[in-house]
Amino acid sequence: MMNLPMLSLITFLPLVAAGLIALLPNRAHGLIRVTALLTTLIVFGLSLMLLKAYDPLAHGFQFLESHAWLEKSITYRMGLDGISLPFVVLTALLMPICILASWKSIEQRVKAYFICFLVLETFILGVFCSLDLVVFYLFFEAGLIPMFLLIGIWGGKRRVYASYKFFLYTLLGSVLMLLAIMAMYWHAHTTAIDALLTHPFPKEMQTWLWLAFFASFAVKMPMWPVHTWLPDAHVEAPTAGSVILAGILLKMGGYGFLRFSLPMFPDASVYFAPLVFGLSVIAIVYTSLVALVQTDIKKLIAYSSVAHMGFVTMGLFSGNEQGIQGAIFQMISHGFISGALFLSVGVIYDRMHTREISAYGGVVYRMPIYATIFLFFTMANVGLPGTSGFVGEFLTLLGAYQANTWVAFIATTGVILSAAYALWLFARVIFGALEKDSLKKLHDITPRELACVLPLVVLTIYFGVYPQPIFDMTAEPVAALLANIQHVAKPAALTISTLF
Amino acid sequence: MNQFLHTYASIIPELSLALGALALVLVGALAGNRASRFIHYAALVLILGIVVLIANAPVAKAFLFNKAVVVDHFALFVKFLLCGGVGVALMLARGWQKQEKDNSFEFPLIALFSLLGMMIMASANDLMTLYMGLELQSLSLYVLASYDRDNVRSTEAGLKYFVLGALSSGLLLYGASLIYGATGATGFAEIAQALNGTPSMLATFGIVFLLAGIAFKISAVPFHMWTPDVYQGAPTPVTAFLAAAPKVAAMAVLARVISGPLGHVSGSWQQVLIFLAIASMALGAVAAIYQKNIKRVLAFSSIGHMGFAAVGLASANAEGLQGALLYVALYLVMTLGTFACVMVMRTEKGQLESIDDLAGLSRTQPLLAFCLAMLMLSLAGIPPLAGFFAKFYVLNAAVLSGLYPLAIIGVLASVVGCFYYLRIIKIMYFDAPVHDFVTPRFEVKAVIYTATAIVLLFFVAPQYLVMSTRIAVESLF
Repeated sequence: MMNLPMLSLITFLPLVAAGLIALLPNRAHGLIRVTALLTTLIVFGLSLMLLKAYDPLAHGFQFLESHAWLEKSITYRMGLDGISLPFVVLTALLMPICILASWKSIEQRVKAYFICFLVLETFILGVFCSLDLVVFYLFFEAGLIPMFLLIGIWGGKRRVYASYKFFLYTLLGSVLMLLAIMAMYWHAHTTAIDALLTHPFPKEMQTWLWLAFFASFAVKMPMWPVHTWLPDAHVEAPTAGSVILAGILLKMGGYGFLRFSLPMFPDASVYFAPLVFGLSVIAIVYTSLVALVQTDIKKLIAYSSVAHMGFVTMGLFSGNEQGIQGAIFQMISHGFISGALFLSVGVIYDRMHTREISAYGGVVYRMPIYATIFLFFTMANVGLPGTSGFVGEFLTLLGAYQANTWVAFIATTGVILSAAYALWLFARVIFGALEKDSLKKLHDITPRELACVLPLVVLTIYFGVYPQPIFDMTAEPVAALLANIQHVAKPAALTISTLF
Repeated sequence: MNQFLHTYASIIPELSLALGALALVLVGALAGNRASRFIHYAALVLILGIVVLIANAPVAKAFLFNKAVVVDHFALFVKFLLCGGVGVALMLARGWQKQEKDNSFEFPLIALFSLLGMMIMASANDLMTLYMGLELQSLSLYVLASYDRDNVRSTEAGLKYFVLGALSSGLLLYGASLIYGATGATGFAEIAQALNGTPSMLATFGIVFLLAGIAFKISAVPFHMWTPDVYQGAPTPVTAFLAAAPKVAAMAVLARVISGPLGHVSGSWQQVLIFLAIASMALGAVAAIYQKNIKRVLAFSSIGHMGFAAVGLASANAEGLQGALLYVALYLVMTLGTFACVMVMRTEKGQLESIDDLAGLSRTQPLLAFCLAMLMLSLAGIPPLAGFFAKFYVLNAAVLSGLYPLAIIGVLASVVGCFYYLRIIKIMYFDAPVHDFVTPRFEVKAVIYTATAIVLLFFVAPQYLVMSTRIAVESLF
């Protein structure tokens, strides 16, 4: 089995399935749903096989594939290392959950919906599997198309505005990266990522390249102040769209920093670390405060995502093992938790068709199981020890503390703020008196909905208690990355601390 | 006979085209409108034959008529594109003539002469040849633009096109005469020899006028004024014709002129091309936002695309020429596919042209909406569609030349331009249906599906077109 081109298989299988679904009759909703679910489950199975076959101790990329493509030195290259593999598995895990979550809630244009989702899966997996900059860019941008349609067709009231904003905002960020890729191509005469990881770009050039890549990843992440597309996109997107957006698409930004900015432009990364720290703490504190005053449940969680991504960028640029490992862990864990939170919102939205916090209250009397699950993920979002949210936040703070005490200090206040908005949200929606008539007919979470969130509950607890598997996976590439950064960071570390 | 064949082997495609077209004129003159169907299909067969001839043409570079004509890989590649562009436009025209109950036989004939002119342009190696080809092409197009002669819009379009086109031909001729005055030659090789080092004032003026004349033909800003009106006024298949092949021909001429006779004096034209590129991309991106008529939208879109292709030429390197050639090749496919989609916008009452008429197309005709959406995204340059690769290559060349501001303006213009391409998708996918279009004719559907398939699957094996454009461009030097 492992002799097959596994990465191409896993990447393009959903696309092929999307093609098959296109051939099915429009009315065959059941068949379409089952095909989509089966495909995503097979992809998930294949990703687990990759996980099993991956050798965490080996150096460099594994499952390599290479074919002639655009130019002699722009080839179709695929490969995985300890940084990209967890994201592949996370994507493959969340996709069947999303399909299951859309089982009943999508009733219009069912066929197009599932085609969009499967195409999106191909593009996302391609981003993490590709080992050539141009191929990476291809997948990175292409993901905008299905997401644009998902928000625009199946979204809420302001879906058109949100879909345009999402598309143009992210596109504007990425086109500069495209030019940077070209400049790198003419300098290194290759776009193979494994070759570029060790290519020495001159310092002056690194600055510009770093900024161009930053423009793209900061928007995708999203970092303050270019985060404003996210709340709109989240609020308008259908539940499964939000899950993918928060669970995976945002991680592409962090993955980009890890894969490109840090190893390829180490000088520039050290130089710009204070900038990233500054934006990160603003994101953590400011967006947490903004989250406090939201009246829309989804918007609140969206802002909370921005704040949590602030921890990720802070950890990534701390330049030490705890910070980077923590950032990767935080991204994976946020994939579970935010995904589950959006699923939870979807559960009550499907029943009430409103996301206004004020429309709820006392839900616990009608939906006790749901309340328990929502409480669990609220706590995980806050970073309760024992859940995976704690490990990521703690490690990134630990990493930041070594790089800069003040950054860690301010960021820690964000933890308190996150407890404030998350618990207050929980109190307003779940507790209180059951007064509203519309709420009195609510029925509790169905087995299908439970099946969506239960795997995430298990994983959140498992990695909260025993995070070692992920660290084992990422240890080798992170060590290689750090060796590269610390090579240049020694003299510059002083400037970081003297700035504050 | 053998001697004749040997000498003129390389221009047998043009000779056959000319003779075939003249023969069809005779048929038309004798048989009248009864033969219109026959002439149409005969013209298509003729073009198909020419394509076969081109595909089997001798590979060596050949000069003819005292080096006034050159046949090399570049010329052959361009001629292949031209035949494709004209052939597809003719297919679309057949359907349109049927629907409009127009039974005249002249359309394919004029198109054939226009194709002949364009093929001569592609092979021009002398200012005289260039001008002759250009005029034959243009005069045919003026007639085609006013083909719907009972329609005020169409006649206005033809007249406007003619007056401004004549002016631009004058500019071009004036430039050619100045260059002749400065160098004493009209042949490209001789001009290249004479224009070595800093060109004289006279020659510089000549170069600028020459470029202005060609810029009009590719409708680059500021010589674009005619484009929206002519595109809107001309019958849709004619617009498809205008937007596709002639642009390729003019771009090819421009590529040959700047790499051949003006190859040593890039300093005197690079600035001009950079300006044309920036102005066209910017206007193409911004102006289309306010348009409601789909043909006007596409007019501004084509202005923008020619700006992008000009980025490749302005880079003044082989990669740029290759990029520009790749760009026009893919642009040809996308444009023809898009105009075929425009032709679908037809109810029992007649042709519709407002973009709002597309509302809800994804519900009434999902496959068609999908095709148009893919073509729009490709025009917008979103990967993995073909349009992205076109933009990639021209911008890559600009980056190689260190023209960063040009490249940055280019990508920004492509983001702004995205807005109106997305709007068409939004109207088709997010809005509720308003019209039921009549079932499109077979040819139209075939064009749409083929174009979409090329655009969609280009990323699977881009290396073939990349290689052929590279070989074509290498033959220029």
